[in-house]
Amino acid sequence: MSLLTLAPPSLQTLSYMVLALASFATAISLSRRISSSRRVLRGRIFSSLTDLRLLYLCIGTLVLTVFLGLLGLEVGEYPIPRFEAIKTALWDRGGEFDFVVNSLRFPRVVAALLAGFCLASSGALFQSLLGNPLVSPDVIGINSGAALCAVFVLTVGADLSALPWAAFVGAVLTAVLIYLLAWKRGVSGSRLVLIGIGINALLGSGITYLMVKYPIERVVAAARWQVGSLFGSSWADVRILGFGVLIITPLALFLVPKLRLLQLGDELAAGLGSRVEMERMAIIVVASAYAAIAVAVIGPLGFVALLVPHMVRLIVGSLTGGALLLTGLVGALFLLGCDLIAQQLFAPTTLPVGVVTAALGGPYFLFILVRYNRAL
Amino acid sequence: MVNLETTEVVLAYGSKRVVDGLDFVVPEGKITVIIGPNGSGKSTCLRGLARVLRPASGVVLLNGRDIHDQPTKVVAKQIGILPQGPTVPAGVTVLDLVRRGRYPHQRLFDQWSTEDELAVREALALTGLQDESDEYVDHLSGGQQQRAWIAMALAQETDLMLLDEPTTHLDIAHQIEVLDLLRDLNRIEGRTVVMVLHDINQGCRYADHVVVMNNGKIANQGAPEEVVNSQMMEEVFGLAAVVIADPVTGTPLCVPDVVAKRTNTQP
Repeated sequence: MSLLTLAPPSLQTLSYMVLALASFATAISLSRRISSSRRVLRGRIFSSLTDLRLLYLCIGTLVLTVFLGLLGLEVGEYPIPRFEAIKTALWDRGGEFDFVVNSLRFPRVVAALLAGFCLASSGALFQSLLGNPLVSPDVIGINSGAALCAVFVLTVGADLSALPWAAFVGAVLTAVLIYLLAWKRGVSGSRLVLIGIGINALLGSGITYLMVKYPIERVVAAARWQVGSLFGSSWADVRILGFGVLIITPLALFLVPKLRLLQLGDELAAGLGSRVEMERMAIIVVASAYAAIAVAVIGPLGFVALLVPHMVRLIVGSLTGGALLLTGLVGALFLLGCDLIAQQLFAPTTLPVGVVTAALGGPYFLFILVRYNRAL
Repeated sequence: MVNLETTEVVLAYGSKRVVDGLDFVVPEGKITVIIGPNGSGKSTCLRGLARVLRPASGVVLLNGRDIHDQPTKVVAKQIGILPQGPTVPAGVTVLDLVRRGRYPHQRLFDQWSTEDELAVREALALTGLQDESDEYVDHLSGGQQQRAWIAMALAQETDLMLLDEPTTHLDIAHQIEVLDLLRDLNRIEGRTVVMVLHDINQGCRYADHVVVMNNGKIANQGAPEEVVNSQMMEEVFGLAAVVIADPVTGTPLCVPDVVAKRTNTQP
């Protein structure tokens, strides 16, 4: 089959999609109406003011995620009955579906969840820190930094196991570079964004240069990787993502109270006892690290980091504290959903998931822009 | 109590010296009002006192030790600052905003202790915002927003409060309300208040101590009656004014002598 002839979109998947979008919209509008009630938790060294609504939303998202994850194990070119899929995934290693479930679908589902979690958390941190809903690691060049290093590894034909590390180094270096360039007696949010956009363009041209310079066979792999795809995700990928999430998430939660201060402006934050520049740098590095591990594994996937935090903000207002976790969970759900659509819509041809996130994200981005402009 | 003083402090933005050689002891337990023309270094002086701006030379001493050598969180338990016109982050409720003022008192896992709750409740009650606690701050009116910021500063529970024009964006009734609140805090709880005010007459009504700034230096300081007179108005503000006694409080009241000024410029 040539690449240009796609099968017509499967009607079943299309109807599921419409259904999913409609229920998503209803869920958002309904959950905005749940009045927020709080519960105080206090122990000897622990106390917190927990928003119950946030808790319900997290649980709801988790339930949906489990359901969608099961769907991810079942459907495909080779459908597997639900119970068999669960059995094979969780305890029965020797069954007839072992290869399809445990080597192809399960790691892909988990990779999608973890990468979605990372991207959305990264976007939420950046947007909250800089107070700008149009910022995300893909806009200010963090993803491009990761991509440049990764494309370099792919095109020069180096060992592929170096790819995640290269991407990680690229992302963090880019973040540091942007930060240093934006430094002028402290770093202001808008200057950082503008410099980030400039750096993004610069890195983009670097990537193009590499693509033009190296032989086509290698460039094809790089081009495919650049769209962002979960195809061929393995347990090794899941391990990288899993370790990343386990290490970065506690750091992110530790930085949340400091983020809440920085949102008030540098002067107030300093007055309230924040070491402003150090803490802002730490948050930027953590947010970049989130983006970096996702990009390292699935490529510089656009829009997830931009639009998921925005959607969650529509429901819960501000993305600090527990809302940060909710954003991550919604990101996981969103990316898994997009990947299922990418696999099923033109079955048996599968699309890279980046195509789907871009197709959904582009219009949403315009929607944000229009709203943001009106608000100004 | 908090003892805050400066010796020969120079505050500069880049190479531009805005405050030059400031020697000042914050009068403990009193309300100090800083007045002065635009660009005279009032706000900068406040920022220096609050250790938000590091002096180019000289030291700011908090309880006898350089303020910049002390852990910033420890300082934040003693000095609170409310800058002029802070930006309201989107989607933050009043309760959430006021809670953030508790940061210096909180530890890693201890994010809503009984003390936190009491302080936040009290701050909301004092500013009359109990019923608005679940509303988004950016949806409130300017006056309510300003009160929310003040509530946040109150929740910080510092003995010394530095406020940069706490009455901007407020109508006259709310201005008086805020100033009365600050006076109550001073008289009842013994908190020291230092604030920049544009309105000299209001400053005279509420201040125990007035500091007049001009060209980055303290031109004069003392009780309102000693400091605010027509000679000072002429020298510092370049405005001919008659100073009379406020009919209600007896404190100085400046009435600009506009007619006289016109005849001066067109002889």
